[in-house]
Amino acid sequence: MCLAFPGKIISIKGDQAVVDFGGIIKNANVTLAKVQVGDFVIVHAGFAIQKLTDEEAWDAIKFYKQNEG
Amino acid sequence: MRDKRKEKILTEISLLAAKLGREVKLMEVCGSHTQVIWRYGIRGLLPANVKLTTGPGCPVCVTAQEDIDLIVFLARAGIPVASYGDVLRVPGFYGSLEEAKKEGAKVFTIYSVEEAIALKKTLPDLVFFGLGFDTTAPMTAYAIKKGLTVFSTHKLFLPAMEALLEMGEVKIDGFINPGHVSTIIGIAPYKKLKVPQVITGFTEEDVLVGIYMLIKQLAEGRVEVENQYLRSVRPDGNPTARKLIFEVFRIADGLWRGFGKIPGSGLEIKSKFKNQDARHKYKNIFKKFVFKEQRQMKACRCSEIIRGLSRPTTCPLFGRACNPDKPFGPCMVSVEGACNLEYRFQDKS
Repeated sequence: MCLAFPGKIISIKGDQAVVDFGGIIKNANVTLAKVQVGDFVIVHAGFAIQKLTDEEAWDAIKFYKQNEG
Repeated sequence: MRDKRKEKILTEISLLAAKLGREVKLMEVCGSHTQVIWRYGIRGLLPANVKLTTGPGCPVCVTAQEDIDLIVFLARAGIPVASYGDVLRVPGFYGSLEEAKKEGAKVFTIYSVEEAIALKKTLPDLVFFGLGFDTTAPMTAYAIKKGLTVFSTHKLFLPAMEALLEMGEVKIDGFINPGHVSTIIGIAPYKKLKVPQVITGFTEEDVLVGIYMLIKQLAEGRVEVENQYLRSVRPDGNPTARKLIFEVFRIADGLWRGFGKIPGSGLEIKSKFKNQDARHKYKNIFKKFVFKEQRQMKACRCSEIIRGLSRPTTCPLFGRACNPDKPFGPCMVSVEGACNLEYRFQDKS
């Protein structure tokens, strides 16, 4: 159920957004997250549940490196 | 994932595991993590003293048999029912929803509650069979506010992790915490569980790094809730989603396959929405319902597998009478179920 990769919002009309998951286009409801066109979002069961704000956070390995000390 | 990076993480895991010098058991409690672990053969990549075990993270699997039978009973009584894909195939005393559909019941597969809201325009009696954890409860709450009638089996996930630790049947050295449940609930609620935990994302690399972070906690004797899935999980989660859940639901006891009742784990529709609560609206139909356990269901080990007590291969039905084409229980039905995944990927690990 949990999609690993975020999608990018192409357009928003009311509660509905069109989201691009690396070429696969899907609709998502954006009631649960404050988002705008161009944002990357995590989508679960047709709803955007989080906006990705932190560029750094993209890369899991960075956290791993920091942890290495 | 790039091989060099993967090699490096695996080397670090091996070094830490050697330093630990004892066997540790890590439990993943999200069906999508179980999928990643099988798809990439992660068990086979880990040192011999790092064991992974599957917990109650597959929403279809933990839905109680009684609830499955109730919803099939309702569909067979002529009420249209819509739900997410896999659950339609879970068998029971009255057959599955899919079988009911073949015999004339109105049953619909949906990907999002939006589709159920749209279906309601032509089928005003439509009932949405709501299942899943903190992650899908907000969508159901949204649908109820839009006028949809719901048969709720929604559950809060944290009480199941607490129950596992309290029951003590399985030694759990650390939890790979669910990424999207955590996206909703945040980090703090997990702190009451006194075992190492790492909130983890859903790529192969996420899961390997999550395992690395857990073993590092264990090797250093720390008991913390760490967040590997930074790109999605904020410390306070998603307050908008939580607010929506509790506008519509109240906390009650939850009924789980494998556990029975877990206090404080259920989400019941509040009385102000009782006309959209299928359990209330169709109580005259449900009055005629009698829960009868089938003999073949008794042979199914799904209940023990959900609690991490048994591996699918120890079930006498596994791969013989029970397979993804002809599943006996939900652990073989769901693409996130331990049996389904082991059946499809057993040669990879």
